[in-house]
Amino acid sequence: MSTVIAAIDQGTTSSRCMLFDRQGRTLSLAQREHQQTFPRPGWVQHDADEIWRHVRRLVPEALDQAGVGVRDVAALGIANQRETTVVWDRTSGRSLGPAITWQDTRTADIVAELVARGEDERIVEITGLPPHTYFAGPRLRWLLDRRPGLRERAADGEVLFGTMESWLIWNLTGGVDGGVHVTDVTNASRTMLMDLTTCTWSETMLDLLDVPRAVLPTIRPSGEVYGTCVGDLAGVPIAGAIGDQQAALFGQTCFTPGDAKCTYGTGAFLLVNAGTERPRPERTVLPTVAFALGDDAPVYAVEGSIAMTGSLVQWLRDSLEIIETAPQVETLARSVDDNGGCYIVPAFSGLFAPRWDPDARGTIVGLTSYIRKGHIARAALEATAWQTWEVVEAIRHDVGLDLQSLRVDGGMTSNHLLMQHVADVLDVPVERPLVSETVCLGAAYVAGLTVGYWADLSTLAHHRHRAAVWRPRMDPAVRAHESSQWNRAVEHALGWVSHPAQPAVP
Amino acid sequence: MTRSIQSVERATAILRLLAGAAGPLRLSEVAGTLGLAKPTAFGIIRTLRDAGFVHQDQLTSDYSLGDGVRHLHRSGIDPHDLRSLATNWADALASRTRLEVLIAVPERDGARIVHHVFRPDDSEQELRIDEVLPFHATALGKVVLAFSAGIASPSPDLERYTRRTLTQRAAFDVEMSRVRERGWADEHGELTPGVGAVSVPLRGFGGLGVGAVAVSGPLERVFHTVGAPRDGIVAATASTAAAISRSLGVHA
Repeated sequence: MSTVIAAIDQGTTSSRCMLFDRQGRTLSLAQREHQQTFPRPGWVQHDADEIWRHVRRLVPEALDQAGVGVRDVAALGIANQRETTVVWDRTSGRSLGPAITWQDTRTADIVAELVARGEDERIVEITGLPPHTYFAGPRLRWLLDRRPGLRERAADGEVLFGTMESWLIWNLTGGVDGGVHVTDVTNASRTMLMDLTTCTWSETMLDLLDVPRAVLPTIRPSGEVYGTCVGDLAGVPIAGAIGDQQAALFGQTCFTPGDAKCTYGTGAFLLVNAGTERPRPERTVLPTVAFALGDDAPVYAVEGSIAMTGSLVQWLRDSLEIIETAPQVETLARSVDDNGGCYIVPAFSGLFAPRWDPDARGTIVGLTSYIRKGHIARAALEATAWQTWEVVEAIRHDVGLDLQSLRVDGGMTSNHLLMQHVADVLDVPVERPLVSETVCLGAAYVAGLTVGYWADLSTLAHHRHRAAVWRPRMDPAVRAHESSQWNRAVEHALGWVSHPAQPAVP
Repeated sequence: MTRSIQSVERATAILRLLAGAAGPLRLSEVAGTLGLAKPTAFGIIRTLRDAGFVHQDQLTSDYSLGDGVRHLHRSGIDPHDLRSLATNWADALASRTRLEVLIAVPERDGARIVHHVFRPDDSEQELRIDEVLPFHATALGKVVLAFSAGIASPSPDLERYTRRTLTQRAAFDVEMSRVRERGWADEHGELTPGVGAVSVPLRGFGGLGVGAVAVSGPLERVFHTVGAPRDGIVAATASTAAAISRSLGVHA
């Protein structure tokens, strides 16, 4: 048996481990779901100890499935849900409080206070991120505020902070017995604590959020041997860690500036490789670190997230009950030839990139007696395409990056009508790769490159095969008309909530 | 003489009862009315529910007649449900065989392609979704015709596409019985010169054919020179079809 690369994807609902061979083909997959708890409205948390118990069993499970021994694992790479925050006790090895996830909004007051103090501009300048509940730094502050004495213990080095990859690496490398306390730079770039230009912790941000430096992990490249596993995986080098969206970008082999991927799930995440210079977009899309390999300069990305894509289809299924299953939205949409003049702006909880309006609310415009449910289904799919277009336009305008194609992954890529519409409105080919598990693949690629399992980026690019390509075929005049109609529809959704305006969130 | 099957009799009685009832019935009412033990009634009614013939209210758990009865004439699976369920399996099959993967469902005039995975060799390829393939000149068409319900045979004029197309009715009928017997079909340049394919049926609830999956590519990559499919191709396609069929379950 030749050697393999193991990759862990620690996600929002489950953790999985996959093994890959030298051609980048999948050999096995093991998966375990963990509990999500919702103790109050807006609170979403996990049990970090449970996640660690799952992950330590997953790799041996995946090895058993493939009939591979621990000695055959050339390296382990980790991808993880970003911005989810854990603090733990260095001595007991147990987490202190819940792992607070990226969807959680309990830090709204902390964020509002930063904005009220006029720190907005300075924070964007340093971290690239506008203050928002999305990021890990305010969560760390919340956790330190919550327990009496915790901040003091943190300052004394008894308490450690990390995003999920830090927690897993620390545990895999021995935990209380010499565990390595590091974070990868892509994850650190989502904490709102890191200086995006220097890729180091920012004193200013630590002061603003009252975070003692001793609690923080060391920021390391995404591709580096952080340490060696102990226990079941004894001897396996941990050679890579990377945030899940960045992992998907890497797994899609977006190695050149302008290469772009979009993951279509309940929401969508579009990332574009932006090269080695820190991009400075307007407040439309977020600059972030894409990856950093060993001593090479970090490569940046710009990211646009869309709140509702697949979840709008779920709403048609569960709340309007006009379809029985999510894929049947395509059946219903195909019962009509076009949107009939109807547009849906799915701003159910505000709009994300590039509009960032928390007061926007969902709207359906253009209703006439002519409109049937098929038009609604079509408008729902078109909304996903037009939201993608808005992000791509913002990136073109703010960062000067023009897409040559869009590489897609995620569940909604099995919707042919949607993928064709994305190609039509973006006016570039849309490509689906044969290996759909791009997050695990990206983590495996980073780790494999680090230990020399794969020679270089071009070797990886050769592994990539297209499973499907959708080519644009929309008449430019139609595209121009529909895009202006979409923009007008969005105008109707903006600022709908009429309470006295909250302090501006991005 | 063959005995009638008791559970089928009971199933028809349950359907008649639900069809004639003033409103949804509780399981105990169904069991009581027909003099069945509750577990027996439950087993039958759950099977009917999975087949779509009985509807169970999510809140009250009561039973009524399902849409499947009214739409008995409308067989088959939603093509987009099928694509969604099949995507991962189809990708794996393409990766394993290094061939194109096509999934089709029956239509009046042929087999309509609902899913297409490119051959992983980075050659220029076009998505063929929505193309309707002739029954008599493609592996997918033959399988769809052989294993699905309610499709009329192709018109007596079998159109010629290549010199290998079967245009004689008698020869085509022989080919069809061969396909039914061995459970899979092949295509040797009968639609497009130099293109070959192997196809097996996708089976829905109760084993009825709901579509077909095929691997396709240059003749020499699908078949040995003597004409038999290359090693493992039929088995790989069949095991993919079985996996997709299993996941179809109640959707079909």
